[in-house]
This record gives sequence, C-alpha cells and structure tokens, in this order.
Amino acid sequence: MIKILKVIATIALTALIGIQFIPTSRNQSDVVPVTDFINNYNPPKEVASILRTSCYDCHSNNTNYPWYNKIQPVAWYLEDHVSHGKEEFNFSEFGDYSDRRKKSKLKSLLRQVEQDEMPLDPYTLIHSDAKISESEKELLLGWVNKVLESI
Amino acid sequence: MKNIKSILSVMLITILTFTVTSCRDTKKEDDNGMDHDDMEMEHDDMDMNDSSMNSAENKGMTQDKSASDAIVTNYLEIKNALVADNTEAAASSGGKLVSVFEAFEVSNYSEAEQKELKEIIENAKEQAEHIADSPVDHQREHFEILSKDVVDLIAITGTNKTLYQDFCPMYNDGKGAIWLSEIKEIKNPFYGSKMLTCGTMQKEI
Ligand code: HEC
Repeated sequence: MIKILKVIATIALTALIGIQFIPTSRNQSDVVPVTDFINNYNPPKEVASILRTSCYDCHSNNTNYPWYNKIQPVAWYLEDHVSHGKEEFNFSEFGDYSDRRKKSKLKSLLRQVEQDEMPLDPYTLIHSDAKISESEKELLLGWVNKVLESI
Repeated sequence: MKNIKSILSVMLITILTFTVTSCRDTKKEDDNGMDHDDMEMEHDDMDMNDSSMNSAENKGMTQDKSASDAIVTNYLEIKNALVADNTEAAASSGGKLVSVFEAFEVSNYSEAEQKELKEIIENAKEQAEHIADSPVDHQREHFEILSKDVVDLIAITGTNKTLYQDFCPMYNDGKGAIWLSEIKEIKNPFYGSKMLTCGTMQKEI
C-alpha cells in the first residue's frame, strides 16, 4: 500500500516540478507611458496605490512579479488573466481611448468595484494585499466618479 | 506513519495544482466554443450587410438612412429580450449585433462623421460583446451604455424607423438612463418584470 502511494507521489511531485520549467511570457515594461491613467489624472497617493497594488497587475503593461507570481500554476493563471484583463481595460493605454470609451470604462470600473467583482477573487487569495477594504473602496469610487464627471 | 503523512500532503498539493490548472483549460475550451458560434453568426450577417451596402452604393453619395437598419433591429431585439428578462435571447442578439457593427461601412460619411462613427462603433461593439456573454445584470449595465451609443449613431446616420427615446430615472444609482423603443408604451428593459412600466417617453426620433 505504502509502496503504491510512494510511486504515485513521486510521479506527482515530478510533474509538479516539471511544470515549473514550462515557460510563460512576462508582462513587463520599464517605461511608464504618457497615456498612463495615474500619470494623466494625478489621483491622491492612496488612490494611486490602490490602483497599482490591486489592479495594475492585470490591467496595465507592467505586472509585478514577486516569487509567488513566478511559480506554476500561478504564473499560468496570471498570464491568462493579464492578457484578457488588458484587452478589456488597459490603464497604461487609457490616454489613447476616445472620450466615449474612457467614460464607458470608468462606468464599468465603478460597477465592478462596487459589486466586489474586481479585483478578481482567486487572485486576492494569493495576493492578499490586493484586497480592497470598504474605506479604500469609498475613496477609490469617490475619486473615479469625479474623473468621470470631468471627461 | 510520518511517511504516509508527507506522501499524502505532496499528493494533495499536486491534486490542487492540477485542479487549478484544469480549470484554466476548460475555460479556454469554452472560449473556443464561443468563437465558433460567433463565426457562424458572422456569416449570416455579412450577407445581410452586403445587400445593404450595395443599396447605399447604388444611391451614390446620398446618405442612406437604411444603413443603420441592421443595428437598430438588433438593438431592439436586445431591448425586448431584456424587457422579457430573457438572458439567452439578449445574448444571442448581442452576438449578432457585434458582427453587424464589424461590417458597418463608414466610408459614405464625411471625415468628421467617420471619426465619430468609428468611436461610437468601437465602444458599442464592446458593449454588445459583453451582452453576448454576461449574466442579466451585466447585460443591462452594458445595454445602458449601448443605448447612448445607438442614439448618437442614429443622430449621424438617420433611421427609417420611428423610435421613441424613453427615460428611466431610477437606473444607475438614480442617475437615470435612456433607452430606445419601437413602441409608445413604456416597457422598461433595465428592470424587466420587476418594474415594467417605470419610465417616461422623452421624445420621438
Ligand atoms: C487577476 C487579474 C485581475 C485583477 C487583479 C483585476 N482585474 Fe479587472 N479584469 C480582469 C479580467 C480577466 C477581466 C475580464 C473578464 C471579466 O470581466 O471577468 C477584467 C475586467 C475588468 C473590467 C471590465 C471592463 C469592461 O469593459 O467592462 C473592469 C472595469 C476592471 N476589470 C477593473 C478592475 C479594477 C478597477 C481592478 C482593481 C481594483 C481590477 N480590475 C483588478 C482581471 C483582473
């Protein structure tokens, strides 16, 4: 019995180590583009920091890669979500959006954050500082509402 | 004993790993399935749109109000599906609307109009995409943005249809929202059966 378990465990462990060598692409860029959202709208420090820690990993051209973002299967998960998340909404390219699109995106942002749909749940499990508290939420939404009215 | 424990925990981690990973794979497959549907739909609509494009050409540069017909028709389909709380019907009309937007020909309009139309269509297409694959609450949120886009689009292209612009004061946290309807009677797409007759008619288009 123990022998069989051992064999299975060895196979499993090998597989777990094996997948670490499957390459994933990194979403990183050294320059902050002029079209960047935070650059353009100068939010208060707290708001900028919420956006950077909770949203920019999936919605900008620059993801942070602490060690746990580099191991499999986390790296896969992130690669998938970054490519999809960026397609939907890219803070790095926000300045290039038409006013119409800016408004729609900010409206969606308000709703997603209000209904606690963003940041995505499974992500906040491995990245607990990305979670947004009620007071942070209020701060962020209040500021985004003002930006929305100004466009 | 200790041995078994550590062996079991390795297995547990592995199983967890593959669960997460396989989730990701099934999602991929889903996506592919959808793409396929979309493609089939595109065929249908391309044909439809070809004919409307030809008629625009035949009339030379005079702008053809029927250019917006397919957009309005599909928009109203979504509207009526939301009035009836029918998520699937709204989704399928949303999918059709995506391909109608993709095939929309802007070259008959002035340069300034073209720019505006392109921005409207880019934005509206995204809303239609979301309507095609979201639960009903999200469909309604995107329908609100889509409605504004279609109103602005018609302001440029014109339309052959008689439409009414209705207003729901409650939606969007009390900020209110407009929608377009082909009937005078109020049938509210933002709340469906919950508040079917909530709203007022603002104007005839
Ligand atoms: C783990 C990656 C991840 C994180 C972190 C994340 N998002 Fe997202 N986001 C996505 C993905 C993937 C989608 C598209 C699929 C969906 O809607 O669920 C998305 C969709 C969105 C949309 C919808 C866009 C549209 O057109 O409707 C908005 C708005 C959004 N995210 C805002 C945010 C904000 C604001 C934050 C931070 C508070 C955030 N996201 C954090 C991955 C992420």
